[in-house]
Amino acid sequence: MTQKIIEIRNLYFSYPDGKEALNNISFNVFERESLGIVGPNGAGKSTLFLHLNGLLRGKGSIKICGLDMQDSNLLAIRKKVGLVFQNPDNQLFMPTVFDDVAFGPINLRLSKEEVTATVTEALKEVNMLEVAKRAAHHLSFGEKKKITIATVTAMKPEILVLDEPSSNLDPKGRRDLIKYIKNIKTTKVIATHDLDLVGDVCDRIILLDNGRLITQGSVLDILCDKRLLETHGLEVPLSLSHRP
Amino acid sequence: MHHSYFDQYSDNDSLINRLNPTIKFIASVTFILFLVFTPPSSICAFIGYAVLLLSLILLSKIPILFVLKRSLVVVPFVLLIAAFIPFFKPGRVIAAYSFATLKLTISYEGVMVLWNTLAKSYLAALCMILLTSSTKFAELLKSINQHPSLSIITTVLSFMYRYLFVIQDELMMMKQAKEARSVGGSRWFQTKALANMTGVLFIKAYERAEFVYLAMCSRGFDGSFHTFDDRHMSSRDILFLMCFVMVMTGIRFIAR
Repeated sequence: MTQKIIEIRNLYFSYPDGKEALNNISFNVFERESLGIVGPNGAGKSTLFLHLNGLLRGKGSIKICGLDMQDSNLLAIRKKVGLVFQNPDNQLFMPTVFDDVAFGPINLRLSKEEVTATVTEALKEVNMLEVAKRAAHHLSFGEKKKITIATVTAMKPEILVLDEPSSNLDPKGRRDLIKYIKNIKTTKVIATHDLDLVGDVCDRIILLDNGRLITQGSVLDILCDKRLLETHGLEVPLSLSHRP
Repeated sequence: MHHSYFDQYSDNDSLINRLNPTIKFIASVTFILFLVFTPPSSICAFIGYAVLLLSLILLSKIPILFVLKRSLVVVPFVLLIAAFIPFFKPGRVIAAYSFATLKLTISYEGVMVLWNTLAKSYLAALCMILLTSSTKFAELLKSINQHPSLSIITTVLSFMYRYLFVIQDELMMMKQAKEARSVGGSRWFQTKALANMTGVLFIKAYERAEFVYLAMCSRGFDGSFHTFDDRHMSSRDILFLMCFVMVMTGIRFIAR
């Protein structure tokens, strides 16, 4: 039987201004599964993501690969969960692309040779090796987006968490990204409005709205439910809109 | 968005560009130390330093006009500080003027102080322009980051270099958005809008810093900053430094 890799039970979180962002969220993610988290703006997707490697700590229980979310396990959990932020400028903070991708592996205390090999491999996977010595501000948005994924895959995480991976990308950039994400064999959790991407990449979907988990189920069951999607500010993706 | 980069010639294929950044940094510090300890009366030595520096600039293939234009930035600051010294420093009078009741005298010692300040600061600025233009900023930071006490400064500079352009982009976008809707309105109203923009920019920068910190933590940041250093020092680099120091010493002691 497939093993549970993320277990979340009764998670609540409110921001300091009192806004309730997560309200009684419970779900599991299984090993090697691709889970899509969909919902309108302000549904709590990004807040939920920040909980997955302990950047935010709400009330409730979170277990990652059997480890309870607590201070003593934080570094071990952050090694296992690779978080790709929505805005690449927030994630690329080092002077050159190479240094940025090397930031995680160096923190994992890998040797110089291992760091070079890992960074080269991660950049090769996203076809960005030729820009390794350049500064992030010289790159296009699409290039930066690919590199943010490389910064995380270089740490070889067991779970890859992507926040709006296809936002602001041109059609080719989006297509390349979808192809690349599909080829990654680790467990993936993807939050997005891009329901076509979810249909292409994910096995299962969780629908969030207003901080609550509305429903979870198979991709087809949820993406074909026009009424459910429209009630929660979404639409049936074009690729499925002609199905009976 | 368009940015001008201060390390725009760092990709030149030249002897100077290929040198190890640490060697270039040490050579620059050596040059400045020699400058500081050269007495103002050794005019030939200053000419020698200038010739050496100009040859290195030519070797680096950086357009000389670019270097000269950039070096002009320091002149007003130095003049502001040193321009009045010849009038106030007591000593041997070499010129005297009188305007009604106002009597102005220029002393030889004062002129020497002005010359000393101008020559040294201008040559030091040229040297720094050569160093920063021929070296990638990231590599320059690594070359300075040799001592733990400097790591905080280099970390701050590295973040500044990365986010200066992001903040500049945000400012440009806000400015465009403001101008797109600026139809009429008094000057006072426009100034107020500018003040609001500055405030918003500060808050945006603060919020971004929070996100960057979260991104760092999510990739295992534990409070100490480690960077990857793959630079090698070759015998050619050592040879350059030795020749440089020898030439500087030669100029200093021969051209008195």
